[in-house]
Amino acid sequence: MSIRYLELVCPAGTPSALRTAVEAGADTVYCGFRDCTNARNYPGLNFDFDELCAGVTYAHARDCKVLVAINTFPRAGDESPWHRAVDHAAAAGVDAVILADLGVLDYATRCHPNLRRHLSVQASAANAPSIQFYRDHFDVRRVVLPRVLSVEAVAELIAETGIETEVFAFGSVGPMSEGRCYLSSYLTGLSPTSEGACAPASHVAYEEIDGRVLSRLGGVTLNCFARGEPAAYPTPCKGRYVTHGQASYLFEEPVGLNAIEILPQLKGAGVTALKIEGRQRSRAYVAEVVTTFRRALDALERCDEGTPTGQLHGNTEGGKETCGAYQKGWR
Amino acid sequence: MKRARLTLGPLLFHWSAAKRRDFYLRIADEAPVDTVYVGEVVCAKREPMVASVQQEIIARLRAADKEVVLSTLALVTTLREVERIRELVNGDLLLEANDVACIQLLEGKAHVVGPYINAFNEGARDVLVRKGAIRIVLPIEMNKTGLQVVAGTAGDTELEYQVFGRQALSVAMRCYHARAHRLTKDHCQIICGIDPDGLAADTIDGIALFTINGTQTLTHGNAVLLSELAMLREFGVTHFRLSPQDLDMVAVATHYRAVLDGEQAADEVTAALRTLTGTTPWINGFLHGQPGRQWV
Repeated sequence: MSIRYLELVCPAGTPSALRTAVEAGADTVYCGFRDCTNARNYPGLNFDFDELCAGVTYAHARDCKVLVAINTFPRAGDESPWHRAVDHAAAAGVDAVILADLGVLDYATRCHPNLRRHLSVQASAANAPSIQFYRDHFDVRRVVLPRVLSVEAVAELIAETGIETEVFAFGSVGPMSEGRCYLSSYLTGLSPTSEGACAPASHVAYEEIDGRVLSRLGGVTLNCFARGEPAAYPTPCKGRYVTHGQASYLFEEPVGLNAIEILPQLKGAGVTALKIEGRQRSRAYVAEVVTTFRRALDALERCDEGTPTGQLHGNTEGGKETCGAYQKGWR
Repeated sequence: MKRARLTLGPLLFHWSAAKRRDFYLRIADEAPVDTVYVGEVVCAKREPMVASVQQEIIARLRAADKEVVLSTLALVTTLREVERIRELVNGDLLLEANDVACIQLLEGKAHVVGPYINAFNEGARDVLVRKGAIRIVLPIEMNKTGLQVVAGTAGDTELEYQVFGRQALSVAMRCYHARAHRLTKDHCQIICGIDPDGLAADTIDGIALFTINGTQTLTHGNAVLLSELAMLREFGVTHFRLSPQDLDMVAVATHYRAVLDGEQAADEVTAALRTLTGTTPWINGFLHGQPGRQWV
């Protein structure tokens, strides 16, 4: 399968980041409501209903689509915030909602049949029958693929299902199957799956002892750094742990995902859209990353030799980058 | 109130064929459990190595009047893994679906939904029941408020929850057991087999935190929900899962059975259970809405 154009899907953590992303060349922006219904429920981020309506008006006037992530799993007995979020997204005229929970998918399918549905990475659909399940039962039109797949596996899935896919192009490397990782709630008691905050800042602490800085989450030491060395944020899957008496980054190093070098391969695999992560990041980050990917995609469309890959190292996690699972051998 | 069912969850660790055979034959003969889940949940590479004893184990469990359920992989990514599930779907055993792929391939045939499929609320539960779930094993992260709602309004659907054993915190494509031995998943030498109770992963300041089991990460602490059994029954939980560890699971099952049947109080079996679990701390935080690693 060959497609004409790779869609650039960009983070809008705030109304101003939305405008920044649109100006920098996003084809599509994605955002969430200011509550537990989205997987980036951090203080100072996200949109209320009026802000979303204004954002949709702004983006649509500039030919940019707006997606709303409602991609956490409702708490039992209190599904109403998730249902209300779907209602509000539909009322605001967004182009699609990004959902993960079976109950929320069911609600959206029944109550807003004409509202386009995408499957969130939080649903962890990493094989053809899973994708077919969500397509057959909830008419899901696009799947955000888990970042645990190689380019070859992505191509196979697209060939087998024929569904639109969105893959992560820039952001973090998530080694665990997303939407069902309880490492953070094991340490903090707050659930990324239902409260939308992995490694919440309220539970993070740094302490200096004997010239070393210890980073902690929920009182548990996840890493240590020499004084002056940049201290990575204590996300449980990026911590250092001791096995057989040796400390190592057992799950994943604190590196960022940057797939800019393999855009031709992703396009060749039949991918529809590229997702830039970072709703919790600054406007400067959004401007730089979106601009760089815009240039690279435009060059790819013109079939220019040597896609400009820019200098994004300062924007990746830990200042180091990887193509993650897209490369064989990562696992 | 219906009789509470005691179940033995799937063996998560990679034990040799001989060790498995001994374990399950003793379970068949001596353990007061109603249901036994068998089958590989963690890594498809392990399955062929123990296939030689699987049929005998299933036959012996059935002969002992145990309900046998075949558990399936929690993370399915390759065509070969999909094909394997397709084969199992066409077999005659009740399946535990742990990836949505399995539900799709079952096409409405009755099945159990395992704890690796997110069923955190009534809406998700109702969708799963419409697709053929007769029993749902609720995620270990579920707290008592959620359990009360989902189990209390479940009608005829059976609800299961893990009440003993290390809790599975994540599944991944990457094999951490291999990484800890500086190997890759593709050339892992099935190194996970050397740790029958998993590999300890501690913090850099020496606190035991996780247990590595191939691509799976488990708690270090042993979940023990013994004083909570009565409350869980009141909520409407029908099935109580013991997750196998490398210790005397027949004795564990006997203690849980006695408490479930009201023959002994929880605190009467605590000391004996402590002896069985050794120095591994007990945890119950998730159920109480606290950090999962805590003991409340």
